[in-house]
Amino acid sequence: MTDAPPRTRWEAVCRAGRLTADRGVAAVVDGQQVALFLLADGALFAIDDRDPFSGAHVLSRGLVGDADGTPTVASPVYKQRFDLRTGQCLDDLAVRVHAWPVRMQDGWLEVGTP
Amino acid sequence: MTTEDPIVVIGNGMVGHRFVEEAVRHGLHESVGIVVLGEEQRAAYDRVHLSSLFDGQEASDLALADPGWYGAHGVELVLGDAAVDLDPDAHTVTTASGRRLSYDACVLATGSSPFVPPIPGVDAAGAFVYRTIDDLEAIRSWAQDCASGVVVGGGLLGLEAANALRLLGIDTTVVEFANRLMAVQLDAGGGAALRRHVEALGLRVLTGTAAAEVRTTPDGRVAGLGFADADQPGLDADLVVFAAGIRPRDELARRAGIAVGERGGVVVDDGCATSAAGVFAIGEVALHGGRVYGLVAPGQVMAEVVTDRLAGGTATFAGADLSTRLKLLGVEVASVGDPHAEGDEVVVSDPTSGTWKRVVLDSRGAVIGAALVGDAAAFGPLVSALRSGTAPTSVLELLAPAPAGGASGPAADAETVCTCHNVDAGAVRAAVVAGHEDVTQLKACTKAGTGCGSCVPVLKELIDEQRAAMGKVVSNNLCAHFGMARSELFDAVRATGIRTFAELIQRHGTGRGCEICKPAVASMFASLVSGYILDGEQASLQDTNDHFLANLQRDGTYSVVPRVPGGEITPEKLIVLGEVAQDFDLYTKITGGQRIDLLGARVDDLPAIWRRLVDAGFESGHAYGKAVRTVKSCVGSVWCRYGVQDAVQLAVDLELRYRGLRSPHKIKLAVSGCARECAEAQSKDVGIIATERGWNLYVGGNGGMRPAHAQLLAEDLDTSTLVRYIDRYLMWYVRTADRLERTATWQRKLAGGVDQVRRVVVEDALGVAADLEADMAIHVESYECEWTATLADPQRLERFTSLVNDPVGAPRPVRVEIRGQRVPA
Repeated sequence: MTDAPPRTRWEAVCRAGRLTADRGVAAVVDGQQVALFLLADGALFAIDDRDPFSGAHVLSRGLVGDADGTPTVASPVYKQRFDLRTGQCLDDLAVRVHAWPVRMQDGWLEVGTP
Repeated sequence: MTTEDPIVVIGNGMVGHRFVEEAVRHGLHESVGIVVLGEEQRAAYDRVHLSSLFDGQEASDLALADPGWYGAHGVELVLGDAAVDLDPDAHTVTTASGRRLSYDACVLATGSSPFVPPIPGVDAAGAFVYRTIDDLEAIRSWAQDCASGVVVGGGLLGLEAANALRLLGIDTTVVEFANRLMAVQLDAGGGAALRRHVEALGLRVLTGTAAAEVRTTPDGRVAGLGFADADQPGLDADLVVFAAGIRPRDELARRAGIAVGERGGVVVDDGCATSAAGVFAIGEVALHGGRVYGLVAPGQVMAEVVTDRLAGGTATFAGADLSTRLKLLGVEVASVGDPHAEGDEVVVSDPTSGTWKRVVLDSRGAVIGAALVGDAAAFGPLVSALRSGTAPTSVLELLAPAPAGGASGPAADAETVCTCHNVDAGAVRAAVVAGHEDVTQLKACTKAGTGCGSCVPVLKELIDEQRAAMGKVVSNNLCAHFGMARSELFDAVRATGIRTFAELIQRHGTGRGCEICKPAVASMFASLVSGYILDGEQASLQDTNDHFLANLQRDGTYSVVPRVPGGEITPEKLIVLGEVAQDFDLYTKITGGQRIDLLGARVDDLPAIWRRLVDAGFESGHAYGKAVRTVKSCVGSVWCRYGVQDAVQLAVDLELRYRGLRSPHKIKLAVSGCARECAEAQSKDVGIIATERGWNLYVGGNGGMRPAHAQLLAEDLDTSTLVRYIDRYLMWYVRTADRLERTATWQRKLAGGVDQVRRVVVEDALGVAADLEADMAIHVESYECEWTATLADPQRLERFTSLVNDPVGAPRPVRVEIRGQRVPA
């Protein structure tokens, strides 16, 4: 999540207060829709908003949870779960979405772009 | 003897207690004193369900009466002071403490004591019997250091005891002298079927084996059990429980010179009178017609006979047949008449589902006996047939797994389960056999459930059935985060008053939760307190439909379905719906529930759409929630030539009453104004059909993937009774069903099916009706339209943004035109 390559450009997307614990929001970064999550323990995650199974931009509207300790979000369309840290789909190992660097800076949520 | 002397009841067990209840019902306590002598320190309790003490119940849960009940009726209850002497000539009873009581009538209800075989070692520390709460507490405290145990006796009591040990986590073996389990009630095939179930639970069974000694350690503790048969090596065990039969406790009567049977039991006549004037015997101590009844039901009949006689009546006990139905270790077992009778047999044996059913007929085709294991749904009809002496037209039909008109039973192998990927039930079962034992693995290996997902609950059922058939423990835990079923969690929520997910998962679960438990818990909170569902922590629990109060479609847009109670709508409102659809580029379609679906709304547009709808008088239709949906109706007697009642009025009233009620699955209702049934009420969870005299109420129907016909619950009800029954039915379902379990399945799984529903909802057999109605009253009282509440609060509206950093919002999905409307490409 915060382990970004050195040349990462950070883009501020919203104030911290805009996030609800254990719920996602979507933002557009570099022309792409990104799903952003704040967990109840303060952890931040960002993955593609596009659900590869349905093609709809909805992962930010999924329910977060854990699968044996792995933080997950479940697509609201067909319920496949994704590892929030890596974007790996847990229900179909051939599918993975992009995980974006994300951080909190001066009260702003920032997403890293390459 | 004077008439001022009381009735003295010796024994405060289940039958002794029943006697007092009946005496009070007859008003005997108003004209004569009643004194009850109990040997135990506890007032009467339910002995049949003793093992539930190890399954979360407290001793107080088993009590048969409130502590103050006896006193409130002027009955003196003496506990911990057993009767030690009975003098029928002097009409006196003397207790252990030396108290001497004169009696006008004396009722022996001393019950029985466990039979302990006369073998060496039965007095060792760690050897127990299974009869009283004290026995169970002694077992529990001893069992703390035990790994293995043996139960001597494979009958009713023995299996109950084995269940108790299993619940304590003890590795348990059941040793039975006869060649099968429950030898009294079951034939050989039934015994074998039961054995498979019992072994599937992890218990070991040894039949045809006689215990010869309790082996002990040098310091006198139980070390194991030795057998009479020299070839049997014996068992190591840390505790032994004797549950191999009972003996009537007739010693008082015996010493008093009252007639007793050769093998025990106080001889009674049809009025339950003993050989001594003024002395009666009831329950397991009584010997009637050469028989001692070891079941509660005949004892209770005897109690009724004696109270009737004492009140001046002439009731008689004519003997009882030993038909019995029970659930042992979760397995349904029933025995009807004489299961060992000789005659023509009908046997239905299905090892895949673990059922065994055998019915014996006499030469005229009348039922004389039956044994049922695994599915006892036929018990009632078989007992009726036995008692009436009539020959059933088709025994096979009687034994069919699903009751006629009920929900469908297990799917046949060839039946398609997942229509998206064309996977049949046989393929699912094969995958489970191959080790794919949860829905995730099953999806990966068969693709079933990965299309529309509607078959997932059926997959779950098939997995459970197959696992059970393979002898594996079936878990109906909610998910990996909560080790209990939805109904258990619901009870925990109700009992503890916990109303946050964080606290609930901390106290009753593990981890952070998931997409299964979070909405399920949110629904429980919503069922119990009907308020706004999206504030605070609840916001993070609701799935996207509940979160945006709309239904997600495949392209990420939502559909909007305002409530149209009873399907009745004014032209003005119809026009508003049309205008809103035009202005927001929405596709319109009439739903099956007689309302109008507006599809294709963007998240960002939902508040503006609803502002227009609310202003026009619409409110949320809850199409997005697992909740009461619609009450469909025909036009009823207001317009129709055939209508006999005003179906629309009732449908509107019911829809407004139950709107917004959150439930394990969606709930649909319908009202038809006459028997032509134009509203298709019999395919609804709750269906009502008008009659000349009122309303007929049907429950447990649904359309959808596995259609089920609703079953008739009650007839010719007036409107207020009808509403009361629906209140009870819906709230009971909400409380006890599994997640995503529709009423039909829930009802089918109840022991007794719709008959049980009738007992609870109509007859209030569980005494919960008032409680259920009160919960429903809270729902009705606290209902508010979620959309009206959302629009009134800018903070709540903030969530309806598709992109947090672009006020324009996400691009509109691509649309194409078909049949004059715009739909996803």
